[in-house]
Amino acid sequence: MERIFYISSSPHIKDTDSIPKIMYSVVIALVPAGAGAIYFFGIHALWIILVSIASALLTESLFQLILKRPNTIADGSAIVTGILLAYNLPSEVPLWLPAVGAFFGIAVGKMAFGGLGYNPMNPALIGRAFLMASWPVYMTVFKTIPRAGTLSGIDAITNATPLNVFKHAREILTHTPEHTTEQITRAAQAVSQLYSSHGALFFGRVGGCLGETSAILLLIGAAFLMYKRIIGWKIPFTYVGTVALLTWIFGGTDGLFTGNALFHILSGGLILGAFFMATDMVTTPVTFKGRLIFGTGCGIITVIIRLWGGYPEGVSYSILLMNLTTPLLDKYTKPKVFGGK
Amino acid sequence: MFGRKTFHGGAHPPEEKHWSEHKPIEELPHPEEVIIPLQQHIGAPAEPIVQKGDTVKTGQQIGKATKFVSLPVHASISGTVKAIEPRPHPLGTNLLSVVIENDGQDTWVDNVTPLTDYMKLSPEEMKKRILNAGIAGMGGAAFPAHVKLSPPSEKPIDTLIINGVECEPFLTADHRLMLEKSDDILKGIKIIMKILNVHRAIIGIEKNKPDAIKLFRKKTARKKQISVLPLTVKYPQGAEKQLIKAATGREVPSGGLPMDVGCLVHNVGTTLAIFEAVSSNKPLIERVVTVTGPGIKSPKNLRVRIGTPFQKLIEFCGGYTDSAAKIINGGPMMGISQLTDRVPVIKGTSGILVLDKKRAYLKPEGPCISCARCVDFCPMKLVPSRIATLIEHQRIDEAHNMGLLDCIECGTCAFVCPAKRNLVHYIKLGKALWNEQESKTKQVA
Repeated sequence: MERIFYISSSPHIKDTDSIPKIMYSVVIALVPAGAGAIYFFGIHALWIILVSIASALLTESLFQLILKRPNTIADGSAIVTGILLAYNLPSEVPLWLPAVGAFFGIAVGKMAFGGLGYNPMNPALIGRAFLMASWPVYMTVFKTIPRAGTLSGIDAITNATPLNVFKHAREILTHTPEHTTEQITRAAQAVSQLYSSHGALFFGRVGGCLGETSAILLLIGAAFLMYKRIIGWKIPFTYVGTVALLTWIFGGTDGLFTGNALFHILSGGLILGAFFMATDMVTTPVTFKGRLIFGTGCGIITVIIRLWGGYPEGVSYSILLMNLTTPLLDKYTKPKVFGGK
Repeated sequence: MFGRKTFHGGAHPPEEKHWSEHKPIEELPHPEEVIIPLQQHIGAPAEPIVQKGDTVKTGQQIGKATKFVSLPVHASISGTVKAIEPRPHPLGTNLLSVVIENDGQDTWVDNVTPLTDYMKLSPEEMKKRILNAGIAGMGGAAFPAHVKLSPPSEKPIDTLIINGVECEPFLTADHRLMLEKSDDILKGIKIIMKILNVHRAIIGIEKNKPDAIKLFRKKTARKKQISVLPLTVKYPQGAEKQLIKAATGREVPSGGLPMDVGCLVHNVGTTLAIFEAVSSNKPLIERVVTVTGPGIKSPKNLRVRIGTPFQKLIEFCGGYTDSAAKIINGGPMMGISQLTDRVPVIKGTSGILVLDKKRAYLKPEGPCISCARCVDFCPMKLVPSRIATLIEHQRIDEAHNMGLLDCIECGTCAFVCPAKRNLVHYIKLGKALWNEQESKTKQVA
């Protein structure tokens, strides 16, 4: 019997890691935040997440069928997109909204470019940006009071999320001549209460999008991913660090260097964005310096939007804009070759 | 700087040394026929100086060097020249080889005799012996040793590094040589130090060989000029540039050679062969080969005559297991997979590795997801994925600008890639296309 021997180029052994292993690890890391979403906002949160995932999977399968390409939904990347999109939605959205958003995100944000590995921008954020532009009311109305908490995290105000309250209050406090004494007093009270609401922000007893409210649950997942070396420290830490620094300097209501950095880090979608979306491998630089610049750039844009832009939150747009700079960063931050000049 | 001597990047493939690291070297019975290729080294091939029908003795020269960067070849057994024709070669093609039929006597030539005061020979005489013995680098690259030992005077050498690292998984030949031939290796080191006029030698050994480290530490305890450097286990610590970096902190310049930073590196097996050549005029006609892997019934470390077909070594080790799927000349990270086991052991064959289907990863490639593992782990600080993609799209000049020629083909990038892209394959192709392009422009110019 002739024995058949296989031929290939070296190396002849490969590590056991794989794309599905990476994607499913991210899914696992996102489960604590998902469980938190259901606990704080109710069972409707679960349907939103599931519909988003299903729509993402169906869209990817549909396009691969039409384009006569092999079906790759088993690699788990569409599931991650579905989950991340859902985590970026308020808890009362009708179920057709995540369905349409996931469809758009996968179809335009991923399949149009050639599938996994070829997309220039984060598909989940593309979906969110599309929904934001098309149905701004659905996307910015927060009515569900989280279990055991309040929408704003503080007792004084009950009808807006922390960042919303802050933006409104800061607007008043930095333009005192245009407002009444009563407004100013209330605004100052709100701000000082927000600054001491770290507990609520940390655990998630505040209003906001599904996956962004509970910092601790997100950080548990992020720690897991860092331990498995699926995400690194460069982007999340430079992102969060830049936001902390700039909000401390510019984000206060009493002049420069009076901002409360911790409040800004824990509120809004920063933790979710910095650890789970700005770390998406496909759309971020591969070089050491490139990653540092990417994280810093996201931080700068987020702070600009939060403090001086029209929206209370700037995470998604900052990441999308920095995604566009990735090829440029990769080109100009190439590492110095061993033995190079 | 931080006390731990190592290099940037690198991976941790499973060491798999347990298959053979405790098996003492066994002598393989000489085969009925040896196939001696005239090209077993980097440089110009040798020219045959025997004819079909000639009788030859063991150690007799059968091919002469044709240029400075070239080597002679010798008969590894005594017998009759059966043929001089192209035969399958471990490098993948058929190359001109001298086929000798064994007469069973192993009659050696007269001039292979030990010389007691060989250390009194001049460096030139020593180098002549090394050239005449046909010594090539036995770590795998097979570069002519006498050329390496003749750096130009404007590149002075101050440090000799002896490579006992053996970072490839599965291979244990150098480990066993260090345990069983330590005295001769040390004598070889002294010879090289005399030839180069250096006063510092460092023996690099990876920490997964504690017995070899302990033994050599004991034997060099009173020698101030020779020291042992235990190294953190990380692939490819045994690569020349990475070894120099870990041992001395110096980086060989891109496109340059170790002599550009005052260093010279020799494998322990080569060092031993140099000792035997200088002290006894013994030509390079045998070497130690590790026959190992899940595809071999009974892995061993064998001392074999050059030209012995792989088949003979595998048979002596009990033959193939049912799961055998890939034969590799060398180690799993940089070795060359073979079509047939009828190829001969050559001067650079450090191991014959037979892998099973599971380890010989044969699944299709996925897309690059820019995870940057290849960038983080590349010991040459390249961006392998980008270089491979450029080559896929035939953008060879851009690939060259990104450091295509700096790649040492260690395989770390392809090993860690989660998409299982065959990065080294693309890079090898890119280098071939670049060389083709360069030779075309030189022809035109």
